[in-house]
Amino acid sequence: MQIPAPFDYVRASSVENALALLDRHGPESRVVAGGHSLLPMMKLRLARPDWLIDINDLFELDYLLIDRVLVDQHVLRIGAMTRHTTLLESDDVQRLFPIVTDAERVIADPIVRNRGTIGGSLCQADPAEDLSTVCHVLEAVAVVRGPAGERMLSMAEFHRGPYETAVAQNELLIEVRVPIRERSGSAYEKVERRVGDWAVAAAGASVSLASDGTIGQVAVGLTAVGLDRNVTEVEAVLVGQAPTEELFTEAGRLASIACDPLTDQRGPVDYKRHLADELTRRVLRAACRRAAASVSEITI
Amino acid sequence: MQISLTINGTDVTREIEPRVLLVHFIRDDLRLTGTHWGCDTSNCGTCVVLMDGQPVKSCTVLAAMADGHTITTVEGLADGATLDPVQQGFMEEHGLQCGFCTPGMMLTARALLDHNPHPEPLEIREAISGQICRCTGYATIVRSIQWAAEHPLVAAVDTTEDEEVRA
Amino acid sequence: MTILEDRPSNPAAGDHDRPIGHGRMQRKEDPRFVRGKGHYVDDIVLPGMLHGAILRAPVAHARLVSIDTTAALAHPGVHAVITGSDLQALGLAWAPTLSMDVQAVLVTDKVRFQGQEVAFVVADDRYAARDALELIQVEYDVLPPVVDARKAMDPGAPVIRDDLEGRTDNHIFDWEAGDKAETDAVFASADVVVKQEIVYPRVHPAPMETCGAVADFDAVDGRLTLYETTQAPHAHRTLFAMVSGIPEHKIRVVSPDIGGGFGNKVGIYPGYILAVVGSIVTGKPVKWVEDRSENLMSTSFARDYIMQGEIAATKDGKILALRTNVLADHGAFNATAQPTKYPAGFFHIFTGSYDLQAAHCTVTGVYTNKAPGGVAYACSFRVTEAVYLVERMVDILARKLDMDPAELRLKNFIKKEQFPYANKTGWEYDSGDYEPTMRLSMKMAGYDELRREQKEKRERGELMGIGISFFTETVGAGPRKDMDILGLGMADGAELRIHPTGKAVVRISVQSQGQGHETTFAQIVAEEIGIPPEDIDVVHGDTDQTPFGLGTYGSRSTPVSGAAVALVARKVREKARFIAAAMLETRPEDLKWEKGRWFVKGDPSVGKTMAEIAMGAHGTVALPEGIDGNLDAEVTYDPPNLTFPFGAYICVVDVDPGTGHVKVRRFIAVDDCGTRINPMIIEGQIHGGLTDGVGMALMEIIEFDDEGNCLGGSFMDYLIPTAMEVPDWETGFTVTPSPHHPIGAKGVGESATVGSPPAVVNAVVDALAPFGVVHMDMPCTPSRVWEAMQGRTRPPV
Repeated sequence: MQIPAPFDYVRASSVENALALLDRHGPESRVVAGGHSLLPMMKLRLARPDWLIDINDLFELDYLLIDRVLVDQHVLRIGAMTRHTTLLESDDVQRLFPIVTDAERVIADPIVRNRGTIGGSLCQADPAEDLSTVCHVLEAVAVVRGPAGERMLSMAEFHRGPYETAVAQNELLIEVRVPIRERSGSAYEKVERRVGDWAVAAAGASVSLASDGTIGQVAVGLTAVGLDRNVTEVEAVLVGQAPTEELFTEAGRLASIACDPLTDQRGPVDYKRHLADELTRRVLRAACRRAAASVSEITI
Repeated sequence: MQISLTINGTDVTREIEPRVLLVHFIRDDLRLTGTHWGCDTSNCGTCVVLMDGQPVKSCTVLAAMADGHTITTVEGLADGATLDPVQQGFMEEHGLQCGFCTPGMMLTARALLDHNPHPEPLEIREAISGQICRCTGYATIVRSIQWAAEHPLVAAVDTTEDEEVRA
Repeated sequence: MTILEDRPSNPAAGDHDRPIGHGRMQRKEDPRFVRGKGHYVDDIVLPGMLHGAILRAPVAHARLVSIDTTAALAHPGVHAVITGSDLQALGLAWAPTLSMDVQAVLVTDKVRFQGQEVAFVVADDRYAARDALELIQVEYDVLPPVVDARKAMDPGAPVIRDDLEGRTDNHIFDWEAGDKAETDAVFASADVVVKQEIVYPRVHPAPMETCGAVADFDAVDGRLTLYETTQAPHAHRTLFAMVSGIPEHKIRVVSPDIGGGFGNKVGIYPGYILAVVGSIVTGKPVKWVEDRSENLMSTSFARDYIMQGEIAATKDGKILALRTNVLADHGAFNATAQPTKYPAGFFHIFTGSYDLQAAHCTVTGVYTNKAPGGVAYACSFRVTEAVYLVERMVDILARKLDMDPAELRLKNFIKKEQFPYANKTGWEYDSGDYEPTMRLSMKMAGYDELRREQKEKRERGELMGIGISFFTETVGAGPRKDMDILGLGMADGAELRIHPTGKAVVRISVQSQGQGHETTFAQIVAEEIGIPPEDIDVVHGDTDQTPFGLGTYGSRSTPVSGAAVALVARKVREKARFIAAAMLETRPEDLKWEKGRWFVKGDPSVGKTMAEIAMGAHGTVALPEGIDGNLDAEVTYDPPNLTFPFGAYICVVDVDPGTGHVKVRRFIAVDDCGTRINPMIIEGQIHGGLTDGVGMALMEIIEFDDEGNCLGGSFMDYLIPTAMEVPDWETGFTVTPSPHHPIGAKGVGESATVGSPPAVVNAVVDALAPFGVVHMDMPCTPSRVWEAMQGRTRPPV
């Protein structure tokens, strides 16, 4: 059986304690939350930390709450240790950000979701990871704490590329903040070879409708097709327009051009470009439908 | 390092290497061999145990991470000679063949029924979708869990109370 | 012949069935499994036991330059590091395979596939063993690999097996069946001929329990006890005696509970041998259990057949002939497990369920730089490939003729009155009545209604497919005049003892891996002698405790061992008659049997139960001449022929036109396995096989890149269906007993694995008909389905 190389283990008791431990043990220490990305890598000995800092006792980072950050801006604050299962089962999340529920339903399997955390998923930054795309699309803000205090990073700043984030060795992602918008809808769809598999390709979209029913704000993101940013190309085409099939078709076309997939066991490049197109159309369709159906008032 | 945890209702304390996987701790240190392992990559679910009542894949949890927690393995399902309805259901509905995935399947089923006493077949299929069975084709596992849902264990004391209320 | 009905259990109503004999009953093995008290190889702990781990080659083809084990040996937990040169000194570097080839136990000269065994570490525990692997330094001189079987025979292709004297190419064998001239003549005059290349890609049985062993060699009395994940303990014991030089009477092979086999646990792997060597070298018991990647990368794969199929018919749909040339990729060592005379297994049953005028097949086997094996994964010795070929070709013909595929099959079935039926490649089908089975499956499916629904959906641009497969299996190998493995006849023994109080023990040579032998075999005995199955213990999996026999694979347990058990029970019953006659002071011919009891003809009140007779046998009753004082018997059963189970499968799929994703909506399976012993167990066997079929058709494949790296080496990439990919199976049955089997049973273990893949693929191809797709190879993954829709079907290898 696959077995990790030896390491030392310490369990952090608080965020401050975790930061102190990271500082003390230096670059050869790694934080472990759910462990479903890191431990398999360690068992293959592709990751060999000297110290493992277990943050599963940081219950202070396991929360979902709606908060006001500005006079007219509400956000959903998601603690970094919030488990996938919690996100999937939350009625607030389903109501405000159905894209999260859509994505959580297809992340790994229910048992892995019992352990895996949003913080762990974002920090792993796997190019086929679903929540990174979701957070990009929702224009989430990552709250990162380190010895010098807290930093607020946009997803573009946070996510530096495959397996790379802006979180320094002595820092911890502590929260993800998602702005709540009125008259909005969102959706995520993934094609996988089998339930629980990583994405062949996936797409997410978030739409806010203006009072006249046209698209006020929109973001589209793609997973596993070589694009670790939103498909900004579609925004100019969509904003200000009434949501129609023709418009979605154009958005899909642009998405298929914008992405940069590789051929692998999950499929050839042209299939993945096709999926970028097809799934972009589907998620825009669903997001617009949900936006139109959403009650404009939000219970805080 | 030293860890202490509760397993099947018994408190245990052991000295372990930090890298010991929970599945190895259960099998090799505690000699509870009803928990199996099948893949190393947390895909097969053969190693599922309950940690604080929730199914987890014990090949991807360190024993150190279970320090202070409560673990239930297949050996803890029955109450003495009285089988858990899930165990009974698997026998009634032929929910097992080689028996290798069975402990993990039954523990997931127990957690599901604790959470949702009357699951639909699709909910059962979703709940066990992180676990692979190579023998049964799953239909009989679904039926076994449905059987358990239809035959919950009713503690004797509860029955008495019910009767008193009715009286 | 009594037809036993499937009775759904209704325990709530107090309906706990307790058949004395055949019928639905709960399994006797389940109480231990549901309590976590199964006893698998990795559960075994012996005093002083050490742990072994194998260092495996990172490349597919390379000359071994050097191995330095110094640092590993210096590890404080390490007891021994064994290399190929160590084995060479012991004469153990190479072991015979089940196909008369040899396989390296550890590399001495050259690595021939990625994952091949290079060195073996024995350490205090598995953690130390794993750590020590990293300390072994190996230098390789990498060679160009042969990955594509189509190029294996190219001039100038690297010669993989330069260890074999005089070897200048990668050719293993050429084999043929049927009459070529006759077949060519029929093809030449046929109205319609359709050709298609059909690839059955490499897949892996991947039982949930990987392979492993605990070897315990006692140097004082020279005795080896080997606990092994094996489907064939007796055959393994004989082979170990041949390989190791330990006399056979000093070897005991124990196969405890096995966590699934499906053919994966038939062969003898280097790991087993290394555990034995490790125990001999260290003087302590040694456990070796492979991890999942080792299992997928190095143990017996299945299929890997590239088949050129051709079918000839009249224009009104009478199938005349079938022919095929097959290129078989056997990997680096020819290690397939199959009867000696049949290097392509029973592939020549590829004429299927149809009455043909002629048929001919050729099979060429080649070496490649891939893991060895070839017969595994519930295939009944290549019947899987055969059924897939014929059932795809018939569908392609139906498309060409614009005929309904069900109608085409019905028109061409071998008729009931033609059985026993001699096909054109040398088989004699024992019994069959195909049309009612086909009709029942169509009725259960609502076939005409499905076709109507499909028509409506097509008009709306929706992709729905209906796939049919009608298979004939050939199982229960086999008659000793035709079949052996390494010279061992394919017979099985059974011993039955009735204890004085009327409880029984039956000892069998086959080995359950989940099939429920402890229940089924007790039921067979119960049916014959009338003792309840609960009172009959089935002993298996221990060569010291059981009679010789070749083990469980090729669905042979019920056809061969089941026959042995029925016959041994009848022998005991006959003996009981003589003892009862003595007890009743009458003549044996004056007694009549009813289940469980001999009584006096004409006076049913005077008789003796089996328990009374057993006590009499062991007691003081004066026994007749020639009858000894017990109620025991033994037999070895040599089957007169194979058995030919069959079935009709219908699969309904929906394909997402935008993504190519295939959803199996319904699956109807009607099986005929002859007499049904325990319908619950039969249904379970079928369900499992259907899931295998969906897996192979939609997702399972072991792929390699151009360097020969295995791309299916973990469950992240070797995908097996979960509960979400398979429907709630709809099963039915017909009963056509085997005329030559003592109880008419035919075996069912592999029927569904053999029969279901073409049903699924036929359904997918049917769904894609609007795109002009006539064939696509497995696996029908979303990307491959989408490519097919673009007119780009391509073989997976």
